[in-house]
Amino acid sequence: MDDRKTRIRAFLGKFFRNREIGDGEDIFALGFVNSLLAVQLVAFLEKEFRIKVEDDDLDLDNFRSIERLDALVARKRGEGDAAGAAGARQAVGAGA
Amino acid sequence: MRVELSPTQREARAAFRRFAAERVVPEAGAWDRAGAVPREVIAALVERGWLGAPLPAEAGGGAMAAVTYGLLTEEIARGCSSLRSLLTVHDMVSQGLWRWGSRQLKAELFPALGRGERLAALALSEPEVGSDAAHVRTTARRDGDDWVLDGRKKWITFGRIADLFLVLAQAEGGPAAFAVPADAPGLERRPLDGVVGTRASMLAELHLDGCRVPAHHLVGRPGFGFSHVVTMVLDHGRYSVAWGSVGVCQACLDACLDYTAGREQFGVPLADHQLVRRELTDLIADTRAARLLCYRAGWLRETGDPASTGETLVAKYFASRAAVRAANAAVQLHGANGLSQHYPLERYLRDAKVLEIIEGSSQIQQITIPVWPPSDL
Repeated sequence: MDDRKTRIRAFLGKFFRNREIGDGEDIFALGFVNSLLAVQLVAFLEKEFRIKVEDDDLDLDNFRSIERLDALVARKRGEGDAAGAAGARQAVGAGA
Repeated sequence: MRVELSPTQREARAAFRRFAAERVVPEAGAWDRAGAVPREVIAALVERGWLGAPLPAEAGGGAMAAVTYGLLTEEIARGCSSLRSLLTVHDMVSQGLWRWGSRQLKAELFPALGRGERLAALALSEPEVGSDAAHVRTTARRDGDDWVLDGRKKWITFGRIADLFLVLAQAEGGPAAFAVPADAPGLERRPLDGVVGTRASMLAELHLDGCRVPAHHLVGRPGFGFSHVVTMVLDHGRYSVAWGSVGVCQACLDACLDYTAGREQFGVPLADHQLVRRELTDLIADTRAARLLCYRAGWLRETGDPASTGETLVAKYFASRAAVRAANAAVQLHGANGLSQHYPLERYLRDAKVLEIIEGSSQIQQITIPVWPPSDL
């Protein structure tokens, strides 16, 4: 969903000042991701999209790019496949 | 914009303050000299639901909101920073385990951890690794259905009595966090004495020699032990230490207002001397500023705002340095009495210095805060 990607891009943009991030660009390869951004990103996804990131979701590929983050949110919200439906059942409100 | 506590929050603070006045303040000096807090006061915290207070009810916790939790932390810290540090480590580790532990692990650990019936501690620092925490040297390797850990952990707050440790180790795939019960085979703990501050926090050193834990005691995944598990744990730790620092500031201020009003030099109360008033003014301003930063960090936490992490960094940085300034000034204003064990000021000063070192030293905050998104601060 383009609107979702736009919101993710806006969030990441706060950390990647003066640099436009492409949808498929590897944000880890850019070298700006530290642990504090990593946990803020989780908090952002949970609050903004009302999902719950769980221990099983801790896979770098889920967080690597705007496209992958969008796919993670879609899966957790149950958009599409059966695995996503399971994620939707676990979806909760904001807060860690 | 109004920044004031609700009636419910004020009532909660009054209860915390009563407890601290009756059970903590009169004993804290003795605990400091004995190098331990007694089981009875820990049991009193558990009885009131004040260990594990910020955890959700389904975890056995009190579902206490962040600002109220801050008030609890401040009031306990006004009495005793060592006892405050028990809340810090237990609550931050319990939250990390609840957040990232597997279902099987959480079923084993909760609700006992959330109720404070079992105590948790963080095993992160090592003899050779402090600030550069992602590069701990303790190792973890998979062996059949177990993980096997080898290494040493140092400066473990309440390590002498904790029932469970969250241990960071290097595994194939990167840093990994593990829940290690105190009675795990291959784990030995040794008391660590001779520290200058928070002397009653029952420090221990952990020796992990082929220490075995079941596979499901891995918390999160390898590669995420530092970036997600420990970082989130320390975020809570910084919030707690920030409020604990406010408690030390307030204790110093209270002591100085009393002392300078009652003691006369040159024929007038100390507080009538201009240079003394200047010190009191700085104490008042620092304490209020630190508390306001903590309120804001707390509010952002309550609303689940991602900006809370950055605000908490600033609150911890400012409040811990303010506590050192406050304790230093308080000792000075009390003169020789300030150096005496018959007054609490020298303990406040020793404890305050600890606040500037734990959960990210002031220097680590100084290199972290300026690269934070300005829009979040």
